[in-house]
Amino acid sequence: MARYMSVIVLLAALSVFCLGATAQTQKAMSVQVKETQLRAKPSHLGKMVVKAPYGARLTILEERGAWKRAAYGNHRGWVHASSLTTKRIVLTAGKTSPAGTVGQDEIALAGKGFNQEVENRYRTSDKNLDYTWINRMETFNVTPEQIETFLREGKLSPDNEGG
Amino acid sequence: MKKITVHLALFISLLLLCGCAAVETATTVATDIAVQKGTMTKEQAASIRTGTTAVARGLEEFTPEQEYYIGRSVGAVVLTKYKPLNDAKANSYLNLLGHTLVLASDTPELFAGFHFLVLDSDDINAFATPGGHVFITRGLIRCCRTEDELAAVVAHEIGHIQMRHGMKAIQKARLAEALTVLAREGVKTYGDQELTKLSNSFGDVISDITTTMINNGYSRAYEYQADAAAVTLLKHAGYEPGALVKMLQIMSKELKPGGSDFAKTHPSPQARMNELKMSAPTQQTQNVRTERFTRAAGHLL
Repeated sequence: MARYMSVIVLLAALSVFCLGATAQTQKAMSVQVKETQLRAKPSHLGKMVVKAPYGARLTILEERGAWKRAAYGNHRGWVHASSLTTKRIVLTAGKTSPAGTVGQDEIALAGKGFNQEVENRYRTSDKNLDYTWINRMETFNVTPEQIETFLREGKLSPDNEGG
Repeated sequence: MKKITVHLALFISLLLLCGCAAVETATTVATDIAVQKGTMTKEQAASIRTGTTAVARGLEEFTPEQEYYIGRSVGAVVLTKYKPLNDAKANSYLNLLGHTLVLASDTPELFAGFHFLVLDSDDINAFATPGGHVFITRGLIRCCRTEDELAAVVAHEIGHIQMRHGMKAIQKARLAEALTVLAREGVKTYGDQELTKLSNSFGDVISDITTTMINNGYSRAYEYQADAAAVTLLKHAGYEPGALVKMLQIMSKELKPGGSDFAKTHPSPQARMNELKMSAPTQQTQNVRTERFTRAAGHLL
């Protein structure tokens, strides 16, 4: 009996520790893609609650696999982990870097480094480079509704949506 | 009664512990998938991990935004070699198919998303940039008879992106140089000198990636990894995973020795099939899918 009790105490202690870890998941994360969506359920095919732009700070409330339930302003919804980073993304057009106030590991400057300006300069190095079709293919978009129809008509039943 | 209480307490504690484990985010590394699916041994996975850890740590420094710009220029270089196919029907079908697969992948959201384009060439070739631009030649589409087989081709390319093979093609010295320049030039608007430095470094990165992708090919290990990832992706999306083998069987007949396409940059279809240790599906793929493949891409065959 005493042995039983010690096992229980140990497991209970571990559980409390893990619950503490769960509480820590209520952290802030930033959107690291051009735009992401918070959805009503953890699926890209779920109804969109609100769009969140590059750099937006979300408060993570819950995690389920690769999906996180987050708060953004007054909205709550599910967002895929691949669109988020723990770094703070600074959207600044200024000339001064905010580095120094925050550790380099914790921030990322939007538009820093390899950006449109660098691409423009690089393009001058080879006159054969043509971005017309790169720009054009980036306008090829597919809506969740189109995917739903495509899945239904093709009798496809994905078992893993978004990791 | 007391015993029941003890068991109940034990059960609840275990339940709580299981919940904790679930909190751990499932950031699936490709090697893990491959091991789970039996397409790779633990030893192989471990050796791949050891070899890539050092470089991978450096790659974490690139933001998805920077990878997007790298991807755009890698794509532009691909398009100096191959002309795009201006075919709205084929391209929109390829994008629908591609996004269906992307949603089942571990990396459904890149900086500017995934975009797919058919290339107007008889070569059997395909490219995937770190920015999510995926190119498939008409010649490669000709190796497919069904939607599931085309899905296998596209899934292999998504696999390369998921495992960041393009970025891993950057030579270590160039990577170190690029990361140094990027760390130093912290401002958003650059003077001419900084811009030149950044642009040179950017050019070096693009050159490393495109030389590997277009001329030399990735390592055989990377190609097998992309095949293993494709099988997983096909399963998750609801496609027939054996369609990859079926496509490779056709490719082995179509591929011309000495060509500068997959004949040069990829392990032979036979070697890839041996590595997959899978057989082609015996039953017919869903007719509805084959029909829509023929409708959208039949004129390219």
